[in-house]
Amino acid sequence: MSTLIFRTTAPYLTSLMILFSLFVLLRGHNDPGGGFIGGLIAASAFAIYGIACGVPAARRALYFHPMAISGFGLLLAGLSGVVSLFLEVPFLTGIWTSINVLGISVDISTVLGFDTGVYLVVVGSITSIALALEERGHP
Amino acid sequence: MAQNAAEAADLAHALVLAPTSAADWVVVAPVAIPIVAGALLMMLRHETRWHAGLAIGALLATFLSNVLLLHRVLTDGPLVMTMGRWLPPFGISFAADVLGASLALVATLVALVGAVYAIADIGTVGRRYGFYPFLMLMMAGVGGAFLTGDIFNLYVWFEVFLISSFGLLVLGSEHPQLDGTTKYAILNLIGTTLFLITVSLLYGAFGTLNMADIARKAGNFRETAPLTTLAALFLLAFGMKAAAFPVNFWLPASYHTPRIVTAALFGGVLTKVGVYALLRTLVMLFPLERDMLSCLIAWGAAATMIIGIMGALAQTDIRRVLGFVVISGVGVMLAGLALGTAEGLSGTIFYAFHSMIVMTALYLLAGVMNGLAGDYSLRSLSGFYASHPLVAAFALLLMLAAAGLPPASGLWPKVLLVRAAIDTGWPWLAFAILATGLLTTLALGRMFLLAIWRMPSGPAPVSAISPRLGYIALGVLALPVLLIGLYPEPVIAVAERAAAGILDSSTYIGSVFPEGAVQ
Repeated sequence: MSTLIFRTTAPYLTSLMILFSLFVLLRGHNDPGGGFIGGLIAASAFAIYGIACGVPAARRALYFHPMAISGFGLLLAGLSGVVSLFLEVPFLTGIWTSINVLGISVDISTVLGFDTGVYLVVVGSITSIALALEERGHP
Repeated sequence: MAQNAAEAADLAHALVLAPTSAADWVVVAPVAIPIVAGALLMMLRHETRWHAGLAIGALLATFLSNVLLLHRVLTDGPLVMTMGRWLPPFGISFAADVLGASLALVATLVALVGAVYAIADIGTVGRRYGFYPFLMLMMAGVGGAFLTGDIFNLYVWFEVFLISSFGLLVLGSEHPQLDGTTKYAILNLIGTTLFLITVSLLYGAFGTLNMADIARKAGNFRETAPLTTLAALFLLAFGMKAAAFPVNFWLPASYHTPRIVTAALFGGVLTKVGVYALLRTLVMLFPLERDMLSCLIAWGAAATMIIGIMGALAQTDIRRVLGFVVISGVGVMLAGLALGTAEGLSGTIFYAFHSMIVMTALYLLAGVMNGLAGDYSLRSLSGFYASHPLVAAFALLLMLAAAGLPPASGLWPKVLLVRAAIDTGWPWLAFAILATGLLTTLALGRMFLLAIWRMPSGPAPVSAISPRLGYIALGVLALPVLLIGLYPEPVIAVAERAAAGILDSSTYIGSVFPEGAVQ
């Protein structure tokens, strides 16, 4: 799998796929997409990077351990549900607010926090499995 | 203003508009706390010295919220919270009644003791493999299964604790563990898939997944929908989870392989989730269909009891003996389900409390004996009566409890079940329960005779380390066993209220659908 063409294109392909996964994550609220499918796209990006450049390089690129990313996602998703405790509404109720970024008002919500959590759980766990399998494949 | 009023009226068709007080959060806290703690532990995977403290703290918080929840449910009736404020049949409800809240409380107590015992039993390697995160996520799944009011959500929580249990089971990756885990995983996945198929069949017929909604609509569908098929499929799927004969083979094949704490928690808690799901679906959702199947359930129950305990008589490894004792206990619980009377069901529920505590304690006792003598085999264990009288005392009490003899907790649920069986006109079922008690006394008495009373043949390699944590864990579990045995009234009262709550589901339905709206 270490042909010159693949190794040269893999970093570009990976960065494009991660960018696309973020796009899919963010459009997921009203259109097809969302945290789960976005996470799968990002995880396959890291898997490709691992195949092309080796697992150690992929782990360095991730910086955090995949399981830690997964844990952070779960924490984020769980805490997004708890925010509604302070507004007298049930667990996991979506709470919306808008902030002003450079003159444009952007709607943010706990729903986005939950979806980002799902995204990170999927990225972390699938990447963890993929990298472990790739490590076993090349003793 | 007028526009706002119209908008509010529209919202009332979709959302729960009544404010939710912070006190209502006790119904999700037993699930939310372990999930958040499990996530934190996953992030701190390499900081192994933090694991035990964090997990025990979180389980303590879960335990306290379960105590509050049970108290609330006992005083005010079922407590309901629908996620995301959507109105019940569409939003996913958490609905805690006495049955779910009390079982969740006992399960958390057992898990707390297990987490304390694991401080000594699970070393750094086990922690790095993720013992504590898996434990927390498993308890989140168990708590969710006990408290959810939605049948598909119940499936999800089954998956959550099942996947975590795979992780716990294979912790260490030794050869027999891989072997046990493969059998456990494949057979349990078949059971879960069957459950999922049944849920989709149910959804196709009813168009709803909310259990209160199913319970109140079941009467309308008796003519058109295959309700008996659904009930039979639930019986098979959850019977597999609960390890009822003839679908119990996964349990003896796997429960002796993992670390002893894991085996203790599995033997104590996981099969009871299957029994709980059987109670919820067969008694609350499909009572008439359960009547139709009751004879089949009764034969299954008797076979599970007798064949289970026969297996225990034939084993020499203590962990295998206990695996079969777990199975025979499931048979006793199924006997109450087969009877379906208030007394029989309260016997089942009481037995579930008792069995969770006693089976966990028995596995931990095996762990303590292994820690002292370095073996699980009845061929070589001997002489604890002389060397460790405290072990002998715990063993005696737990043996009496498991066999259903006074002064321990096992007596009372069996009394309830035997009386209910005779009242129903099934003396053979009462006989099966009593015969199981006798055989359990034999199986565990054999263990007591060989491991505790027998004179050591040579200088036994007795470890110098005193199993202090083991004694603490056993003491915490043995105390309720003895207290319930001596003063069972409060527990019987709770079990009777739990049984009444599923036999007459109108209070449960009324708490999920306050105005009887959206028919």
